[in-house]
Amino acid sequence: MPLQTPPLRGIHDERGAKFTEFGGWDMPVEFDSIRTEHAAVREDAGIFDVSHMGQIHVTGPDATALMQRLTTNDVSELAVGDSQYAAITDENGIIIDDTVIYRLPNEEDGSPVETGDSNTVTEHDGDDREGEPTYLFVPNAGTDEATHQRWIDYRNEWDLEATVDNRTDEYAMFAVQGPNAAELVGDVTDDPVTDLSRFEAMDAAIDGVDCWVARTGYTGEDGFELIVPESEAESIWSQFDCQPCGLGARDTLRIEAGLILAGQDFDHESDPRTPYEAGIGFTVDLETEFVGRDALERAREDGLEEQLVGFQLIDRGVPRHGYDITNMESRVIGTVTSGTMSPTLEQAIGFGYVPVEYAEPGTTLQVVVRGQSKKARVEPTPFIETQ
Amino acid sequence: MSFDIPDDRQYLESHEWAHETDGIVRVGISDFAQDELGDVVFVELPDEGDSVTQNEEFGVVESIKAVSDLYAPVSGDVVAVNEDLFSAPELVNEDPFGEGWMLEIEPDGDLEDLLSAEEYEDQIA
Repeated sequence: MPLQTPPLRGIHDERGAKFTEFGGWDMPVEFDSIRTEHAAVREDAGIFDVSHMGQIHVTGPDATALMQRLTTNDVSELAVGDSQYAAITDENGIIIDDTVIYRLPNEEDGSPVETGDSNTVTEHDGDDREGEPTYLFVPNAGTDEATHQRWIDYRNEWDLEATVDNRTDEYAMFAVQGPNAAELVGDVTDDPVTDLSRFEAMDAAIDGVDCWVARTGYTGEDGFELIVPESEAESIWSQFDCQPCGLGARDTLRIEAGLILAGQDFDHESDPRTPYEAGIGFTVDLETEFVGRDALERAREDGLEEQLVGFQLIDRGVPRHGYDITNMESRVIGTVTSGTMSPTLEQAIGFGYVPVEYAEPGTTLQVVVRGQSKKARVEPTPFIETQ
Repeated sequence: MSFDIPDDRQYLESHEWAHETDGIVRVGISDFAQDELGDVVFVELPDEGDSVTQNEEFGVVESIKAVSDLYAPVSGDVVAVNEDLFSAPELVNEDPFGEGWMLEIEPDGDLEDLLSAEEYEDQIA
């Protein structure tokens, strides 16, 4: 199957980016160096092309019910302009994907990305009770088609009235992240984007183009994600005079910030995990009804057998996805899911699933690095303090 | 993108270089290799006195994103290891043909079956 390409593939290529396949997309992995890009985000600002993320639009009288029943968090809490991190689980409570859900202005107000009134700050004053509730959610790279189909199938099975559109191809998505991100995003629009709180979003015009601007991201730093029409991707990208960053820096930033990565720290097929095991139990609201709820209630009652922990390598070496984790008697007790040399800490750090009796911070473990056991210590996450 | 390929040394297809001075062969990785790897964060090298065999692994270089084996351009005994790389592995990126050298080997014989700079350039073109 040919790789999908982000709208700015050519621009990134001219800039000297290196590319890698990720979730079926041909994405920039590195523009200058991971260390340079990582430092820019921690100390200043960087911009990432995350157009490989899916964009699925759900609207209609039963849109809230559909979202509620297919995601683990309480969608009904969302006022227009709010967003929420959630898991998508199967009937057994196993994570299929994680996602951010945005509550858009209601459909009769116009789809914000296409026609939204960019001069209006979204007020949480009950306006959203008018018209039909509308959501945009962002599944991970390469999962948008399956997720779209899942929503359609369950909508039909439950006979709910909701429209589900996969708009991944219509939009580009950029993330501007770092302590100076607010200044940069504020400078390119007259709309009051810097008034947004974490996880709030609004319509904003950038270079005359209506965009959906959210104070969300995945680096641990302050930052914004912009969902922009695919045809305007280049003009929006060029508004930001900051370090372009690739997937390499994304990975190192995420690990330091204690944030899990789909396909690596959980994988529905190869490493099935519940949100509790993966450390995202806070996304599960058992007061709501959703696919997997009963299994997760049982899982919570039964208690965890294994959980994701962060660790730091004490001996020299770099942990990588797939390496064995052993106890001090060299019995294999788990597997490294993510690992890297932290550019900020200059320490080798990683995540892995281990039995709960080994999960306490301070516990000493071993990671088998190319056949050699290297001492490691369980650490609290996030590994670094961010905003 | 163009890469430095000094013509005073020889190369392996696996991107190591060998430079002989007074019967001792210094070994490192090429500019192309360090660029492909990205930020080097860790280097694992043999100890002084160890033997290495031509075209066999003698160590590992790791960048933030990748792990790569290192192959010996000649057989012989290791007479020096660049220990600076243990605390400053970024020297491999900054100066791959100079400060970023890795080993010095006293070879068993002559340097044979290696690529010239021109041949190596053709390979990475």
